[in-house]
Amino acid sequence: MTDSQDLTPAGGTTAGATRAGDGAAVPATDRPAADAPLLEVRDLSVGFRSEDGLVQAVGGISYTVERGKTLGIVGESGSGKSVSSMTLMGLTRTASATIKGQVLFEGRDLLTLSTEELRRIRGNEIAMIFQDPLSSLHPFYRIGDQIIEAVRAHNDVTKKQAKARAVEMLGLVGIPDPGRRVDAYPHEFSGGMRQRVMIAMALANDPKLLIADEPTTALDVTVQKQILELMDRLQRELGTAIVMITHDLGVVAETADDIAVMYAGRIVERAPVRELFSHPRHPYTWGLLRSIPRLDMPRDVELVPVDGRPPSLIGLGDDCSFRARCPYAAGCCRPGMPDLDPVVGAPEHALRCTMPAERRETIWNVLSEGGTPEQAAVAAGIPQTEEVA
Amino acid sequence: MPGSPQRLPSAPVSVSSIGNRSSVARYIVKRLLWTVVTLVVITAVAYFLFRVLPSGDPVRARAGKAPTQERLDAIRESLGLDNPWYQQLGDFLWNAAHFDFGRSYISGAELRPLMLDALGATAWLVVGAAIVWLGAAAVVGTISALRRGTLPDRVAMGGALVAISAPVYWLGLVALYLFAKDIGQFGIFPGAGAYQDATTVLDKAGAMILPWLVLAAAFSAVYARLLRSSLLETMQEDYIRTARAKGLTERRVIFRHATRSAVTPLVTALGVDVGLLIGGNAILTESVFNIPGLGRLSFDAIQRGDVATIQATVLFLAFFVCISSLIVDLLYALIDPRVKYE
Repeated sequence: MTDSQDLTPAGGTTAGATRAGDGAAVPATDRPAADAPLLEVRDLSVGFRSEDGLVQAVGGISYTVERGKTLGIVGESGSGKSVSSMTLMGLTRTASATIKGQVLFEGRDLLTLSTEELRRIRGNEIAMIFQDPLSSLHPFYRIGDQIIEAVRAHNDVTKKQAKARAVEMLGLVGIPDPGRRVDAYPHEFSGGMRQRVMIAMALANDPKLLIADEPTTALDVTVQKQILELMDRLQRELGTAIVMITHDLGVVAETADDIAVMYAGRIVERAPVRELFSHPRHPYTWGLLRSIPRLDMPRDVELVPVDGRPPSLIGLGDDCSFRARCPYAAGCCRPGMPDLDPVVGAPEHALRCTMPAERRETIWNVLSEGGTPEQAAVAAGIPQTEEVA
Repeated sequence: MPGSPQRLPSAPVSVSSIGNRSSVARYIVKRLLWTVVTLVVITAVAYFLFRVLPSGDPVRARAGKAPTQERLDAIRESLGLDNPWYQQLGDFLWNAAHFDFGRSYISGAELRPLMLDALGATAWLVVGAAIVWLGAAAVVGTISALRRGTLPDRVAMGGALVAISAPVYWLGLVALYLFAKDIGQFGIFPGAGAYQDATTVLDKAGAMILPWLVLAAAFSAVYARLLRSSLLETMQEDYIRTARAKGLTERRVIFRHATRSAVTPLVTALGVDVGLLIGGNAILTESVFNIPGLGRLSFDAIQRGDVATIQATVLFLAFFVCISSLIVDLLYALIDPRVKYE
């Protein structure tokens, strides 16, 4: 294991970083890159040792991202969406982390790569942008120098060539007067402009995959829209695949091709975007959809937040982790964690819930007409006891 | 379409953020004027303190045994002590502004060459020690932060605690006992008093080896701990994650991205410490190693009630603290482009 040189703030010695089950059994790295999807995550799980016990941040997730496509990963804070994506980049390799599964990028398992091999992929073939563009840029260096640094980390070019690239990228992301602004410092930009700089920096090496971790959360609503449109345009022009991580279904509704809904470290529902919005099937997805305003619902419909709090990721039981918050669990839930199985009649739609299909339909019909979860539960004939409510 | 550059809200444009040259110059002039005000106030306070406190009559101290009244009056007049207080203070400040600090009340020697010699010795001591402690702290602090919780970290931080706790006079005597050429068990370095006898620069540097190490010991420990905690904090910053995500080598992430932010608190501390030490706070080290620096000069002056010398050394101390804090504030702008001078 070569990641022992990894100097990490959390770890100190990283000799203990363990990745059980990596690669030994599956010679997947031999697959020709051309047939393979750009990114295939297989049963990825990430746990961190803490003083209170093992935090199972990601509990075995699988998904695929095709070239040039966008996958939206949606979930609330602590659902493991950020941790799973940081893990793709090797940014969670610390002494306290246990990482299992496979992350196949063009057929190569990133989890088995050495620190140096992974470094060559980071920022080069897979790039990442983050939530807060101000704190994500180094306050002491000119933005041009920060982009130049990213270019020169992976390309043997002169400073001058790298700077020309930086100016080109700044122009591409819509920074006015890029030849001059390249010498400005991050604090001299507005929030939206800073995120444009981050995008320019991320795309400077023409990566095949861009991981965007809540890229619009820290921005004003109008600026959010601009950034999303920019990412959309760049994706069309450059053919970059995007993993868009967000807590906001609205963000991915227009930009994503597929959506994975995460809850407590697991994907609970995965479907193409139209399918997910027209036929959402998981109670948690319903909760998310009913908690945001929608144009296709009557105006006077009240928004309903998802009751309760996400479960602690320490010592998660074997049962469905949403069960405690699910208004429809009574009378249909079985013990044990349901598998993420394809829906009968909709093979692209995968679901981690054992509710019978008719009941599911009844409930969503009520909810999509603006009914409350209680009304939906009654319509589906679910006994409403105090415990359930 | 919103993606087009023309429609975008334009952020305030100022490419050079340190500000233009003239604003820095204006800032420096303003700070220097304030420094002058500070020095006048401190000198006045020192002046009144020593007039109010029973420090003995300098005239009698100067006059020798059983002086006649005429002799006392003559000395009083020659020292200017017969003038009203405001004239005395005014004269002192006026002369000090021309780098003339008057004469010692005790020996009658002119103070300017005395002060400059002492300043030279102290500067040798302090600047050399500062280089030693910064170097030691950089190495120890960085390793400790990057290897937090490991044996090297624990040993270094334990050693730091010992170094902070060891008094300079004790450490100095131990160092002499162990390593001084004359009295040491392993006589490898010049001992106490070597600086006074040294004539060449090389000899002077050699004479300073033990004083440098002794003075730097506690400071190394303080600065190493400071750097360690500062670096640990910086390594958690979002922009460090960005630097890693860009695919920079870990070496570059640490030494280019983390260290630059982490040194800010060290610069602050360095400004204060060096200012104080040059101004006379290195007195313990100077005493142990018999270095004729400003600390020794002021200590001797206090012992003898030599008010003129005390006044001059107080002025020096205040001056160096003011100047070094000004330098620190200017350094901030070099480190952090967000710092602006108004």
